[in-house]
Amino acid sequence: MIRAAAAMVKCLEAEGINCVFGYPGAAICPFYDELYSSDIHHVLVRHEANAGHAASGYARMTNRPAVCIATSGPGATNLLTAIATAYADSIPLICITGQVSTDQIGCDVFQEVDITGAAEPFVKYSYLVKDANDIPRIFKEAFYLAGTGRKGPVLIDVPQDVQNVQIDFEYPYDIKMRTYKPTYKGNPLQIQRICDAVNKAQRPLLCVGGGIFLSGAEREVAEFAKKACIPAVSTMMGLSIFPTDHPMYVGMIGMHGLRSANTAMNSCDTIIMIGARVGDRAVRSPSFLAEGKTVIHIDVDPAEIGKNIPVDIPLVGDCKVILSELCEMEYDNDHSDWIEQVFDIKNAVPENEETEGYINPKVFIRKLSDRLPDDTVCVADVGSNQIWTCNHYGFRKGARFLTTGGMGTMGYSLPCGIGAKMAAPEREVVVICGDGSFQMQLMELATIIQENISVKIIVMKNKRLGMVRELQTKCYDDRLIATDIGNYPDFVALANSYGIEADRVSTMAEAEEKIEKLASSKKAYLLECNVYKLESTL
Amino acid sequence: MKHTVSVLVENRAGVLARIAGLFARRGFNIDSLAVGETNDPTISRITIVADGDDHTAQQLEKQLNKLVDTIKVRTLSPDELLARELQLIKLNATPAQRSEILTICEVMGGKIVDMTPTSITIEISDSPEHLQRFRALIEGYGIKEIVRTGTIAIQKGVVTIR
Ligand SMILES: Cc1ncc(C[n+]2csc(CCOP(=O)(O)OP(=O)(O)O)c2C)c(N)n1
Ligand SMILES: [Mg+2]
Repeated sequence: MIRAAAAMVKCLEAEGINCVFGYPGAAICPFYDELYSSDIHHVLVRHEANAGHAASGYARMTNRPAVCIATSGPGATNLLTAIATAYADSIPLICITGQVSTDQIGCDVFQEVDITGAAEPFVKYSYLVKDANDIPRIFKEAFYLAGTGRKGPVLIDVPQDVQNVQIDFEYPYDIKMRTYKPTYKGNPLQIQRICDAVNKAQRPLLCVGGGIFLSGAEREVAEFAKKACIPAVSTMMGLSIFPTDHPMYVGMIGMHGLRSANTAMNSCDTIIMIGARVGDRAVRSPSFLAEGKTVIHIDVDPAEIGKNIPVDIPLVGDCKVILSELCEMEYDNDHSDWIEQVFDIKNAVPENEETEGYINPKVFIRKLSDRLPDDTVCVADVGSNQIWTCNHYGFRKGARFLTTGGMGTMGYSLPCGIGAKMAAPEREVVVICGDGSFQMQLMELATIIQENISVKIIVMKNKRLGMVRELQTKCYDDRLIATDIGNYPDFVALANSYGIEADRVSTMAEAEEKIEKLASSKKAYLLECNVYKLESTL
Repeated sequence: MKHTVSVLVENRAGVLARIAGLFARRGFNIDSLAVGETNDPTISRITIVADGDDHTAQQLEKQLNKLVDTIKVRTLSPDELLARELQLIKLNATPAQRSEILTICEVMGGKIVDMTPTSITIEISDSPEHLQRFRALIEGYGIKEIVRTGTIAIQKGVVTIR
């Protein structure tokens, strides 16, 4: 017999977890007490949302569920934003929360909140553990649910008294769930129909989304594009599947995407959406787009197919499995005229223009990516800084881009970068954020220094909530309100106060030298970039 | 358009909240809802009648299927189902009106289950359409209170949902 809290730790060990992110409190103390004698490394973040975001970064780099922990009440509610963010991007998380003791549930006692109820709309599943003996089964199921099918966060809420019960521990080998059976293999008839449609198409286009990463199909999708001679565009979540300069890759679509990519979307006659959910930021008027086109939609989640766009050939299954199946088929059309046409559409190049005393963020980000290693993990926050990164960072083979596409949660980038670096310590991790968003996560500078996590941070300081400022200028008659965040703080001095090396760059002339210093540093490093307040997103 | 959806789910705590929440989130108004254990005590059947267009109904079926607790979802088309609802109706009734009301009940299949000098309580179970007709007949006496269950439905013939 062991304490249920010890069983929880053993479950994590059995799942191969060796790093977790969390923040303690009374209701989760029995679990922490058992973590004390485990080899699992606990990263103490400075806000529970960041535990979730860090786990998200970790999960995305390992492609396995990652674990975050919070206490009951405010700890659990702080975690909510991260859970919702993970849900929107289908990131597999195991979220463990402490809960008040079973006999107190429903009495509105100190730090009691119905967290399974609150999180219900944006978890894949949740458990409120009432019987400690269920813990091994629940953990087994939770990892299975989070990490298979359409991935997502699973919440396990464990009352404090339950954590202290003695139970017989055996980690189950099998999962007995009669209801949950995700489809992996594609229906052969539909595969044939897709192959026929591609062969018939004059102007086929592949649109790849975050699902490609989630199923680990990066290699297969490139092979399919090559074999079937189909040019590809990506959603924001699909950025870096193809290197930016890949001969078959056009660019990112959507309201902030490239002209070439959007034109290709509009002028193709057959579109294969794969691992992309046709979100409104990617495709603004789906039914208009679908008109006169053959729409093929491949996704592991049947509910996504036909939800936002009318579909001619639906196919449910795992991207990797299906792409391998598609690669087995014969394709006899080289679509070369179409490919030529697609790559003929030119995009606006960012002018090298400079405003006195400021850097040009678009050119700067290009220079930054030129200097960083090929396999750098680049994390962008939300706002203009995110779009600058999407459109100007040059992803080479092996690079990885991370951002929050579905929720656009400010404050995601640094904790996500922390998680990514913990998962892939040998890779360079660069975080690009705005001065507004950085202030929603700057407490994590402490985590970085305490854990010695050498992420590189770029803060684009335009003294504005730039993207919202731009919206007010364009759509609200330039009536600017609540978007001026002033020239605070001095981010260099701030970083230094944590013992983190930092510098500032204000002209393009010194950009390369400053980037060099950042790139060659072996430790965490922050670079504050002075950006003109009216710098445009696109 | 009205849709009758029959859902078999794991008989566990919290499942009803998940299903009801799903309807609310997807902008579907629930007209009625009935839950009960099936002959297998680990499975409950939820019968939902909801209003919405076909696309939303289709989406809803998919979203219901996606819930981890869902075992089976079936949208029943109007011509394949037998639907029943139970109502308890408390009606104003003076002694002089009683025999009239009794006649209506006899013809329409209502049963008197309680009576006072000024009221009658009727129990009736039938298809929603029949109950509507019944209601029209008795409305004139003055309805004091109506309590109704959600609609439950089963398929005609030998086919079953399991
Ligand atoms: C948590 C959260 N709050 C508010 C928003 C709305 N929002 C979107 S972009 C943006 C401005 C971000 O400012 P900053 O981080 O400085 O980036 P910039 O656009 O200036 O590059 C805001 C407030 C959001 N996405 N997330
Ligand atoms: Mg800003």
